[in-house]
Amino acid sequence: MAAPEASTAAAATSLRHAFGGVLSFFILLLIGVLAFSIRLFSVIKYESVIHEFDPYFNYRVTQFLTKKGIYDFWNWFDDRTWYPLGRVIGGTVYPGLTLTAGTLWWFLNSLNIPLSVETVCVFTAPIFSAFASWATYLLTKEVKGAGAGLTAAALLAMVPSYISRSVAGSYDNEAVAIFALIFTFFLYIKTLNTGSLFYATLNAITYFYMVCSWGGYTFIINLIPMHALLCIVTGRYSSRLYIAYAPLVVLGTLLAALVPVVGFNAVMTSEHFASFLVFIIIHVVALVYYIKGILSPKMFKVAVTLVLSAGLIVCFAVVAILIALVASSPTKGWSGRSLSLLDPTYASKYIPIIASVSEHQPPTWPSYFMDINVLAFLVPAGIIACFLPLSDASSFVVLYIVTSVYFSGVMVRLMLVLAPAACIMSGIALSEAFDTLTRSIKFQLPGISGGNSEANAGDASSASAGAQNDVIKADKTEETAKERPSRKSKKKEKEPVERPPRNPRNAKKLLVLPFEASIVGIFLLVLLGAFYVVHCVWAAAEAYSAPSIVLTSHSHDGLHVFDDFREAYAWLRHNTEVDDKVASWWDYGYQTTAMANRTVIVDNNTWNNTHIATVGTAMSSPEKAAWEIFSSLDVKYVLVVFGGLVGYPSDDINKFLWMVRIGGGVFPHIKEPDYLRDGQYRIDSEATPTMLNCLMYKLSYYRFVETDGKAFDRVRRTEIGKKHFKLTHFEEVFTTHHWMVRLYKLKPPKNRLRGKTKKSKAKTSSASSSKRSGKITRNPWQ
Amino acid sequence: METPIRLRAAAPISIFAALLLILPSCSAQDIQVVNAERRIDLTSHIVKVFLTLKVENAGASPASEILACFSTNTVTLEVLYMLTHSLEPFPVEISQSEPQLVYYRDSALILSPYHIKQQITFVKTPTTKVESFTVVDPTHRAGTELKYGPYNDRPPYSYSPMIVHFENNSPFAVVEELVREVEISHWGSLQITEQYKLAHAGARHKGVFSRVEYQSRPSYSGVSSFRHLLARLPPRVHSVYYRDEIGNISSSRLRLGTLKSELEIEPRYPLFGGWKATFVIGYGLPLEDFLFESPDGRRYLNFSYGCPLVETVVDKLTIKVVLPEGSKGPSAVVPFPVNQYLEKKYSYLDVVGRTVVVLEKKNVVPEHNIPFQVYYHFNPIFMLAEPLMLTSVFFLLFVTWVAYLHMDLSLRK
Repeated sequence: MAAPEASTAAAATSLRHAFGGVLSFFILLLIGVLAFSIRLFSVIKYESVIHEFDPYFNYRVTQFLTKKGIYDFWNWFDDRTWYPLGRVIGGTVYPGLTLTAGTLWWFLNSLNIPLSVETVCVFTAPIFSAFASWATYLLTKEVKGAGAGLTAAALLAMVPSYISRSVAGSYDNEAVAIFALIFTFFLYIKTLNTGSLFYATLNAITYFYMVCSWGGYTFIINLIPMHALLCIVTGRYSSRLYIAYAPLVVLGTLLAALVPVVGFNAVMTSEHFASFLVFIIIHVVALVYYIKGILSPKMFKVAVTLVLSAGLIVCFAVVAILIALVASSPTKGWSGRSLSLLDPTYASKYIPIIASVSEHQPPTWPSYFMDINVLAFLVPAGIIACFLPLSDASSFVVLYIVTSVYFSGVMVRLMLVLAPAACIMSGIALSEAFDTLTRSIKFQLPGISGGNSEANAGDASSASAGAQNDVIKADKTEETAKERPSRKSKKKEKEPVERPPRNPRNAKKLLVLPFEASIVGIFLLVLLGAFYVVHCVWAAAEAYSAPSIVLTSHSHDGLHVFDDFREAYAWLRHNTEVDDKVASWWDYGYQTTAMANRTVIVDNNTWNNTHIATVGTAMSSPEKAAWEIFSSLDVKYVLVVFGGLVGYPSDDINKFLWMVRIGGGVFPHIKEPDYLRDGQYRIDSEATPTMLNCLMYKLSYYRFVETDGKAFDRVRRTEIGKKHFKLTHFEEVFTTHHWMVRLYKLKPPKNRLRGKTKKSKAKTSSASSSKRSGKITRNPWQ
Repeated sequence: METPIRLRAAAPISIFAALLLILPSCSAQDIQVVNAERRIDLTSHIVKVFLTLKVENAGASPASEILACFSTNTVTLEVLYMLTHSLEPFPVEISQSEPQLVYYRDSALILSPYHIKQQITFVKTPTTKVESFTVVDPTHRAGTELKYGPYNDRPPYSYSPMIVHFENNSPFAVVEELVREVEISHWGSLQITEQYKLAHAGARHKGVFSRVEYQSRPSYSGVSSFRHLLARLPPRVHSVYYRDEIGNISSSRLRLGTLKSELEIEPRYPLFGGWKATFVIGYGLPLEDFLFESPDGRRYLNFSYGCPLVETVVDKLTIKVVLPEGSKGPSAVVPFPVNQYLEKKYSYLDVVGRTVVVLEKKNVVPEHNIPFQVYYHFNPIFMLAEPLMLTSVFFLLFVTWVAYLHMDLSLRK
């Protein structure tokens, strides 16, 4: 009697599984399409073009790679930047993104699909966002099942924080790194859940890809050890943990050392030490468990006391050596960016160049709401859901969210690491809530009200806000039924037959919510989701899709396009000599090399503070001194960005204080207070003479007064201080249509012979006059 | 009987060569030019010369191999030829506020191997601002026109150099290299991609470029520079784009018409003397307007040679006609001599590659905008090659997946 019933039930469930599988597949496909297409606003609203600054460098590197091949790429010494120092590109760049896009391009071209490198680069980020959302599905599925996985994937597909870094054209490391990050975490959890060495190996390879892609890999190599340690401390050590952790550290470190930009840093800097420490600990623990297994309890106690006393001594010795090692390295083993993670005030105190970048600033509360929106409210619910029950996997996501919240608080840019965690948590929360609410409805729909009245009695007063807590309570039993079988695949077939008739049904009946409350709860959740979707679409369309090299404004007479940057770069590209050097503030370095194909002095890589300070000093010096600095660097053209005519706020005058600070950091004759009037930065008639005579002021405002007669600066909303002046050492060679970019050429030096004779004449005359001062009172030539 | 013949010769060839071409050396004593009138148009940077010759065959034997033999005594020839790069800027470098002055050098007398009984030359300048001109009596100047002659009874090869120095601010737009790629798709569209290397070939810009002067005093600041270019495209043009290597150029306007479409483009920056710019114009055209079937079953493309930009000289023009995959036996019919060869190109999912007919010509002027034909054999079954290929790939993919799902690859039973 039981056998046929079981077989029909099994058939029904397998059919349901098949349908569920196909449905999930299509949902995932649609999520991928959504992730891809929501990022195309930039292409539709603007054009298919590389965005901002760093992507231009990546684009240029990809072009080089596709043109010259991988070996030339590794050995590439770029002489078009950091003149006269140059830059070893192969050894200083994270090659993951470039290699990915290059491979993609090569693959498409070998199929005779002649897409340009630019097109491939533009669409790399959207493609990888689709991958990232699928990876999120896999990760969340490992933690809390397929439902949560799908929800999390859908949330991640459109989370604004991630969109901001991965719209079409935003060809930056993070575009592929977030996928690699999530996928590495998935494989870690997968290994942890299965104990399979296969996944452990895959995990190491994915970790290698992550190391190739982004400096943020240190987050992984610190988070996973933290989690392993947490598991050990809470007594959750298992052989699965060992397999998940040990191969990753060994293989991962070896592979990471293969990436030139990391190299020996993988074993020598303190960002990696945590993993080694935990590696030792996990071996000790494994040994202890092994010994515990072969010894009798009494013998074991003796052994413990013996080993502990000996071990402590060794430990102290090792720690002492480690500290000595770390202390002997110049930055105490920590690089500046990492230090600013741990001590948020570090960068602004010591490294103006890091502090000057807006994305290295701590975020504000509105930026949390902007970037993760309603997820911020769902995360706590998700954390609670993860504790009911706490498994190895769910403890990992909890740890992930907690650490990433901390890091996002340090640096706006790391909001990106928080976003996947927030999506996973919210996915879990939403999925659990829906699960409970729909179950409540399902059980009450036919009119059975066994446990209904009890549930009513308990929960009737609870409003929709309270409903969420109940949701999570309700999961407890459900989850135990769900989690265990998925992990132990052997029991899988037995349990569904045994379990359902007994325990869960009663429990579920007991924990159902009132029918009306469930309906309202679902309605509110859908509303919340709708709000999220609307916000995400708005963010993708309006906030994050502007390519920043072309600006638009809507006025009463229609759309107005400001394409001044490319106008200037195109002019430089076609109308200057190919070896001319262009000096500008470092922000425009990457764009100048990529779009204008001209050699620059400094660029966005910012690896040489002194060089940047030299340019900063030149910009803050008076004309003659600046001319001398620039001509000593072989500079032929100086590029300044000026927004005063059209009101473009991020121009060089607004960045100027950073130039002064960075310049002054190396060359002490540049002093910030000289440029400030009573601590205030101003360019109007109250401005200091140093300010009004510095090169940046002069190049920005040269002949500006002739545009409107008053020289009214629309960014600073004031009339400028010094309106009529002439340039003696520079001449204007090009100014773009809206005056946003101005190019000046260094005038050739004055005829040297004449200058010398003049000088010597002057000297002799002054000398003679001083000699004969007694006879002739006034020199008519002076 | 009069046989007006219009001959076009557009190269920096001298008049001497031009005339030799027309009237090859046969018995020179027998032929003489009764009346010659020459009108030299210097209004743009392409010099247009209209030459009207009344030729008399005094001898008994019919003359000339090129011309239609004329048995009667006189014939009137009309010759039009263009001269490119023959206005020499002087001064060679000018600043932003200066107008552009150019030299035009020629002979006041028509250089000819024949005796010319009477001749007259008119020179038309763009404005009345003429700095100087050589006087070869009788010479008159009236308004924008200079009149040399009439001169009577000049022997063969007589020559008298003359120089006109005048102001010419017309855009000296020279396309140094233009590659036009015409891709035929039998699915109904013709895709054209044109890559331009544009230069201002006038007097070189010297020193400062001041935007404030350029914007506030357009009438006398940068008069010789140019900002707009007009491209005449065929009617029913669609999907027009205008970009360069760093992205879209937003300053363009398209006017669609029933007879022709006009695309007004602006390079990223105004072009002063010696400045250069590169850009790409691309557009699609309906196939039925340009592709026809000839009586012998071959297909032929009937498309216009030359550059769509008005009043521009193209130093080197390469037309690449990309025939559809699987087409055979291409042959081109061009009404003037061009350099021809074949190439292979691999485009979307091609297996055997597409034949490309390349037509190269140097020194192209707007008068070269006349149709040429490319004939080829094409079997429509090739249109289905790529869809079938894709279908079978996906089919195989699903088959392998199904096969994989039905196989048990595990070692343990």
